[in-house]
Amino acid sequence: MGANLFRNLSFFSATLSFFLLVGIFAVLFTYAQQSMQEFGFDFLLTEEWEADEDDEGGIFGGYIPIIGTLLSTLIAMTIATPLAMGIAIFLTEIAHDKIVKPFSIAIELLAAIPSIIYGMWGLFYFAPIVQLTIGGNGVGLLTAGIVLAIMVIPYMAAITRDSMNTTPDVLKESAYAMGATKFEVIKDVVMPYSKGGIIGSIILSLGRALGETMAVAFLIGSIMSIPKSITDPTTSIPVLLANNFAEAQDLEISSMYYLALILFVVSFAIISVAKFYFLGRNK
Amino acid sequence: MEKQDFKAVMEVKDLFFTYPGVSEPTLKKNNLTIYKNKITALIGPSGCGKSTLLRAMNRIHDLYPGCEYKGKIDFLNPQSGKMENLLELRKENELIGLRQRVGMIFQRPTPFPMSIYDNVAYGLKLSGLKNKSELDGRVEKALKDAAIWKEAKDRLKDSALGLSGGQQQRLCIARSVALKPEVLLFDEPTSALDPISTSAIEELITELKKDITVVIVTHNMQQASRLSDYTTFMYLGDIIEFNKTEKIFVNPSVKLTEEYITGRFG
Repeated sequence: MGANLFRNLSFFSATLSFFLLVGIFAVLFTYAQQSMQEFGFDFLLTEEWEADEDDEGGIFGGYIPIIGTLLSTLIAMTIATPLAMGIAIFLTEIAHDKIVKPFSIAIELLAAIPSIIYGMWGLFYFAPIVQLTIGGNGVGLLTAGIVLAIMVIPYMAAITRDSMNTTPDVLKESAYAMGATKFEVIKDVVMPYSKGGIIGSIILSLGRALGETMAVAFLIGSIMSIPKSITDPTTSIPVLLANNFAEAQDLEISSMYYLALILFVVSFAIISVAKFYFLGRNK
Repeated sequence: MEKQDFKAVMEVKDLFFTYPGVSEPTLKKNNLTIYKNKITALIGPSGCGKSTLLRAMNRIHDLYPGCEYKGKIDFLNPQSGKMENLLELRKENELIGLRQRVGMIFQRPTPFPMSIYDNVAYGLKLSGLKNKSELDGRVEKALKDAAIWKEAKDRLKDSALGLSGGQQQRLCIARSVALKPEVLLFDEPTSALDPISTSAIEELITELKKDITVVIVTHNMQQASRLSDYTTFMYLGDIIEFNKTEKIFVNPSVKLTEEYITGRFG
């Protein structure tokens, strides 16, 4: 009796996540219908986002926020991945025991900082630095990308470090025992051994970077324009949704659901592809 | 001890070894000679220091900072014919050179996460061998020497992790043999294997001594008596007795050795 109850409870918990996923998709899909019928797939390539005077209709297109989201995420991942790998390798293979602890704690604390704080710091302190050194208006793709990178580095580094730590000492020792240098052991034993964890950390960080709203809203400029250079301001899907939801009506609301659906599908697709491509081959 | 006619490749002289953060040395004044093309077994109860002594012989201890050595381990330089103290090596590339001459096999098989071929070719590539046909030849020779060629030849490109435990251990031996080491250290190489794999490994070790000097740590007294030419009995960091294997097992000169071998403690 008790066992049966427990079995049902755990079955319920396990299936709940699946139904949530399907449910969210269904809701997004339903509410996006109006916009999908109006614009179809042209939505993806339309640059305008204009409501009519009477607020009843207009032209809405997702091209700019989609491009903005992908570019800012790309910048963030390009910067974050090598740095996070470096941090993880340093902490697991190179650093002295006495340093590892404080560094690890610092990284975990960085991961705990709310994103609004990164946004404020980025806007008031970091954006002027970017403006001075690289150019542009301060806010823009690059600033958002760099701050996003800073935000995901702790996640990526912490997960990668944990998975590198699972490399058995004896495996490393047997590489050393064949005359490998530290660099060769890291490259040929530690990295391949912890490949799954490394890919997993990148995927998680990617998901976070794609969906990050607050910090990016502060830093990307929130302008509906295509960036011509890396320092130009633009917008991203979550930022556009957060900024416009309060005043939007009818078709615009539906178009936002359409955008949200796209973000959902894009995140889902990237994560699935990464998972199957990188993790499926060896198992 | 009787007079020996054999050539020594390694001589441990008054060796003390202390782990970092420990006040007492783990090895106390160890003296031991390893003879060329012979199998020397290190036996003794857990914690007696046999693995510690073994791991000093290729300085693998030095991967973890803070280990202290005192005394000497002289190692024959085959070019000059002179004995050189391997504890004097300091630079990383000197230690790498030492480890290519003194290979090591561990308790559990440790195949690298790569193909069977790459596992064996790995050490060769590290030592600078690039020529593809020479690599192929050395890999095949090593796999044959380690008696795993038959099982592996059709799946060289497959992951080494798909082999059975005994096959993995023979692959690890092949990997070390490929480097043509002068000495091979075995740290309880069969303790994780079934009896059939164990006897395959034992047979292999006996074959290997034609070209290589072997030092083996084992918990299994039958294994020591079957395999080795010399046996060292260690207890609490001391070398209690070192002699020819038949002498140790038939007529040990120290009472403690006899008690351990007959299973009265340990």
